[in-house]
Amino acid sequence: MAVKDYIRERFFPHLWCPGCGHGIVLNGLIRAVEKLGMSRNEMVMVSGIGCSSRISGYMDFHTLHTIHGRALAFATGVKLSKPELNVIVPMGDGDALSIGGNHFIHAARRNIDITAIVMNNRIYGMTGGQYSPLTGPGMMATTAPYSNIDQEFDVVEMARAAGATFVARTTAYHVQQMADIIRAAILHEGFSVVEVMSQCPTYFGRKNKQGSAVDMMKRMKETTTPIGSAAKAKNPELIERGIFVQVDKPEYCSEYNKIIERAMGGR
Amino acid sequence: MAKAKLKEHRIDRDWCKGCGICVAFCPKKVLELDDQDKAVAVRIEDCIACRLCELRCPDLAIEVDTEEKVEEKA
Repeated sequence: MAVKDYIRERFFPHLWCPGCGHGIVLNGLIRAVEKLGMSRNEMVMVSGIGCSSRISGYMDFHTLHTIHGRALAFATGVKLSKPELNVIVPMGDGDALSIGGNHFIHAARRNIDITAIVMNNRIYGMTGGQYSPLTGPGMMATTAPYSNIDQEFDVVEMARAAGATFVARTTAYHVQQMADIIRAAILHEGFSVVEVMSQCPTYFGRKNKQGSAVDMMKRMKETTTPIGSAAKAKNPELIERGIFVQVDKPEYCSEYNKIIERAMGGR
Repeated sequence: MAKAKLKEHRIDRDWCKGCGICVAFCPKKVLELDDQDKAVAVRIEDCIACRLCELRCPDLAIEVDTEEKVEEKA
């Protein structure tokens, strides 16, 4: 199917700012689903609130646009009632790790077969550029005019510690890798977390003097490196990208089915 | 991947927001922004149909149309 068969064209041009990385995530996600050859009827997209969460309106899947931070809770309900469907939950960094931080770690702990995509632009864009739990110390935000003092989460380390069985990181610049990783994450049976570093030129970029969307993407190219590369050994400041965790563990829906069978006593 | 021959760049001017990502990251410098800040393919003969502009466009505004069907990498 062509790209335009996966989107709701009537909502385009979309509302994201010029150069917003979330549009590139949308693009990469479509390529991933296209390559998988899955029908739109097999896909469910559940999102919360924020710039990132608007993505569910643009995709022509079964979509749920729910409340702030709770997308994974709704998605868990969808997946348990219809385990045959593929559930994708795109979230912003604040939506996933601040407002929805508990849903995030517990969905990971249960290892329910959901693909969580954390579109990390390190800021709350929709509400005007407040700092998020991924902004990091020393960065500027409208609520940190003298620079932020909060330490940030490492999405990969957090997802790994919480028990996610597929954890990866990529960027909006590396769009081909992004499509490949999202595809692998959808295929993975269990809770998959894909962090996509995304640019917000309007707030994060402007507040931190990082220039245009193009400049921010060049920075992604310069500040990241494949996992275990020689460059990382030389410069530990570089952020690694690739698949960090990919292990098999009992999946929640299949374990739940076993409990139903046991409770029914084989009837 | 089989070599694809370029037919045209289909650029949706209503969807393009002129962010310049396609212009900056085209390896052959095929694209430019016009006076209305919309992407246009000005050096079509240099295009190698790598589709990086299409893949990186945040607005899904570019489609690279090729002559032969490109064999998709599995």
